[in-house]
Amino acid sequence: MANRIATLVGSLVEATATPYPVDRYLEFIDPMLTWRDTRAKVLEVRRQTDRSVTLTLQPTRQWKGHRAGQYVEVGVVIDGVRHRRFFSPANAESNRGELEITVAVHDGGLVSNHLREQVRPGEVLTLDSTGGEFSLPQERPERVVLVSGGSGITPVLSMLRTLISEGHRGPVTFVHYARTPDDVPYSVELDAIDRTVDGVDVRLHYTRTDAPEHFSAAHIADVAEADGAQVYMCGPAALMDAVREYTDGAGIADRLHTEAFTLAAPIEIDPDDVTGEITFSGSDVTAENDGRTILEQAEDAGLNPEYGCRMGICFSCTKVRKAGSTRNVLTGDIESEPDQHVQICVTAPCGDVEIDA
Amino acid sequence: MTLTHLPQPTKNTDSDTAEVSLSYEQVEALGRELDELRARVVADLGERDREYIYSIISVQRKLEFAGRAAMYVPFLPPVWLAGVGSLALSKILDNMEIGHNVMHGQYDWMREDTYNSREFDWDTVCPGDQWKHSHNYMHHTYTNILGEDRDVGYGILRMDRDQKWNPYYLGNLAYATALMVFFEWGVMLHDLEAENIVQGKRKWTDVKGLLKGMWNKASKQVAKDYIIYPALTGPFFASTLVGNASANIVRNLWTYSIIFCGHFPTGAQTFTSEECADETKGQWYVRQMLGSANITGSRLFHILSGNLSHQIEHHLYPDVPANRYPEMAAEVREICERYGLPYNTGGLSQQLGSTWKKIAKLSLPNFMTKDDNNVVVNIEREKAAGAA
Ligand code: FES
Repeated sequence: MANRIATLVGSLVEATATPYPVDRYLEFIDPMLTWRDTRAKVLEVRRQTDRSVTLTLQPTRQWKGHRAGQYVEVGVVIDGVRHRRFFSPANAESNRGELEITVAVHDGGLVSNHLREQVRPGEVLTLDSTGGEFSLPQERPERVVLVSGGSGITPVLSMLRTLISEGHRGPVTFVHYARTPDDVPYSVELDAIDRTVDGVDVRLHYTRTDAPEHFSAAHIADVAEADGAQVYMCGPAALMDAVREYTDGAGIADRLHTEAFTLAAPIEIDPDDVTGEITFSGSDVTAENDGRTILEQAEDAGLNPEYGCRMGICFSCTKVRKAGSTRNVLTGDIESEPDQHVQICVTAPCGDVEIDA
Repeated sequence: MTLTHLPQPTKNTDSDTAEVSLSYEQVEALGRELDELRARVVADLGERDREYIYSIISVQRKLEFAGRAAMYVPFLPPVWLAGVGSLALSKILDNMEIGHNVMHGQYDWMREDTYNSREFDWDTVCPGDQWKHSHNYMHHTYTNILGEDRDVGYGILRMDRDQKWNPYYLGNLAYATALMVFFEWGVMLHDLEAENIVQGKRKWTDVKGLLKGMWNKASKQVAKDYIIYPALTGPFFASTLVGNASANIVRNLWTYSIIFCGHFPTGAQTFTSEECADETKGQWYVRQMLGSANITGSRLFHILSGNLSHQIEHHLYPDVPANRYPEMAAEVREICERYGLPYNTGGLSQQLGSTWKKIAKLSLPNFMTKDDNNVVVNIEREKAAGAA
């Protein structure tokens, strides 16, 4: 009964706000007062290393928590534009409560630099639901090996913290690769864990010192090859490849679980170079890029995307660019950010492009 | 870019009809100047524009709240009346400076949920997606092309001497008045092309989807203004209903007036499909300028008109944030003058007066009325053979 009344009041409130979502009113009172949207207030900004920033966030009541290893989409406004990026919470798995993300800053990285330099406590960010299959199974494995490199530390740190808070009894080995000792966020905490928590073994390796240590089988063989040990790994491609090669060779490939994190390396694009393929992911069609607009190429591939003016003024033809770079044929601007809307009548692909059409 | 070697546009002013002729190359050069102006403004979009649109939305929300609240005190007529005014203003801002512009994609670059051309829907009975088809696509692509731009007369009125007269048009003034009062409903029905259904050019099955969309949207709007909010004021149901209806009508009168001043005052030109076939971007720009008309006024007036008082700039740059039109207007006007093109602008009463005069005159057959003195603009549409 109470539920029914709540639903009724809910739809009445929504009807009074029609055609707008209720949140489009509430945000003018307080951005943290939300009806459906999930947002988070920045509580604390910590700069643990020279190239990272750790934010502690307080989410609104819609936040359902995360499982260790998953990621969440965070949105922040920079010069009038809302940019969204995925980050893995580093705190222990939780159903509610605070949320902690550590962002690695990379040269020229718009969002990462902004989060490190500009964001202040009190600022409100948007959050989108969690996702990702990279997580600990409900039935925790007895032996766990966590391997990470660079900013790949956050999802596996979340796993480590989760296991510790659950009072996990089996052995946990935490192997992390950083450039130098100064590049390890959470180093104080990791050190304390190593010394005080039974069964947890922290192994740090540095790749840019006088005696650089890159992944070698010896770093984990003793623990990974133990019976039933599960290996969780997140890091740059080179590390992932090396670990995979080892687990394949050792015959434990089925016990390796990975999350790739791709640093969006700025690709040099030559707009005159007609290469690549267009994938229309909505209809499973792929075509060789011939340099014309996406709309024309879609039509030639037998699709019927909606359009109107065919000259970039009416926005009827807008579609989502899932991946790849495109060029606006009117302005020459090249854009590469994934999941952005493009007007396909005035947009041509540069290399491989995936369009949701 | 300055054009030092621009051949003077040929002007012929000996009769009361002025004539301007532009060569193919002049039109292309003009197009490039307008492209450059656009590029400069687009490159500069940012925080300032975001703050602007959010501040307008914030004012709109406050006006709406005040208007709804005032409905609880109908026993104080001045407060109740102020409430109607406040709600009307809120709806005007919603439809004009917010809805019209957001649905044009002017704020898509903010990548914000809701305030973008794909997701936004406004506070009127017309579904946003249908309006985007009839307006953003049909009207803005085929601006003032007779038989293609359905905003010329909305399928009901005779708005141009080249539209064939028949006795039905004797009612031109009456139809226009009705359209003005019920404007939001007229806008809603626009995409149906009702006259084409009547004439059998369009089948009922073609419009089933449209009708369903209209029903979905309009029923929610009607429920909100004429049932839910009145009911929420309890004993004042009737006065709230009257108040909400009045606010909607005031909004209708205003939006109709602003919109009709955009293309129909004396001097705004119409075109034929033949002359516009295969037009270049430059020629498209010229058509947008010649077919549109501005209204002069204060900053507040421009905001309340959704900057459609800068109809010329809006038609040149429909997806550039409207708060930029005032600063672009000076440059557009200067460019027009340099090329000898008319820049149609005037005060609200002047533009409105000439629009209504035109509606009245066109209710009669052409032989009974005199043509207005237009500036005739001839543009060379084909590149001259052998020209570089
Ligand atoms: S079809 Fe009109 S913007 Fe692409």
